[in-house]
Amino acid sequence: MSAALDAWPFVIAAYAVAVIATIGLLAFSLAALRRAEARADALDRQGKS
Amino acid sequence: MHRFANPARFVRLARPLTAWCGWIGVVLVAIALAGGLVLTPPDYLQGDTVRIMYIHIPSAWLGMAGWGGIAAASFAQLVWRHPLAHVAARGCALPGAVYAAVCLITGSIWGRPTWGTWWEWDGRLTSMLILFFLYLAYLALAQAAGREEGGQRIAAIFGLVGAINLPIIHFSVLWWRTLHQGESIGLTGSTIDNRILWPIPIAVAGFSLVFLSVVLMRMRALLADAKVEARLRRMASA
Repeated sequence: MSAALDAWPFVIAAYAVAVIATIGLLAFSLAALRRAEARADALDRQGKS
Repeated sequence: MHRFANPARFVRLARPLTAWCGWIGVVLVAIALAGGLVLTPPDYLQGDTVRIMYIHIPSAWLGMAGWGGIAAASFAQLVWRHPLAHVAARGCALPGAVYAAVCLITGSIWGRPTWGTWWEWDGRLTSMLILFFLYLAYLALAQAAGREEGGQRIAAIFGLVGAINLPIIHFSVLWWRTLHQGESIGLTGSTIDNRILWPIPIAVAGFSLVFLSVVLMRMRALLADAKVEARLRRMASA
């Protein structure tokens, strides 16, 4: 390992990438699910009325 | 497997599973990352950069497992014509692509202080980059296929053919000995000291549960979209 480089900025950057990607993926998928289910429910209600 | 061929039955089962997998996964990931950052000692050779391993290994596993899921679902689609198989394959594609990208980025960040370079056209790195491009191609193909059976079959064939890259990634460190280290964790044991090793299985389990939760969310969203589309088509033709 290169002695001149401090390891922690690399460690923090790598953890930030993984955490942001995971939170982003969960938030994006949840929002897409909520939108899709809301559209389906609205259509169901429209069909019943 | 065909018991879950009914989308309504699948959604009933998937709804509680999505939440359970998501929450348990997040807790396990938090424990593993806290352990990896604070509780484990630095490596005698790599120092603190070894801590990147606790996110790099799970993301590499999920990048490959995601395509394994696409290949298995594609096989079920082509052989048994399982009605949920194409939805399952599409559900695996986006999280698989995200974790393949995380694997490449964290590997690059790890490479700079360890190898002295951000990137090298090494067998493992190159085959992983190819996997990421395969994901992008699959996402585009599956999106373009929509509800057309012919298009879905082409996406399934692509999903199966792309699986050839998985053993190439796995064995690349044995076939081409360049920069990437050889296998340090196998089915029979590990060359990593237990004091450093213990957060890895927790991180792999946690990220896998989060991945499963995302796959279930995406499958439920695709099924809800399909339901809306079918209903609108019926209304238009009535």
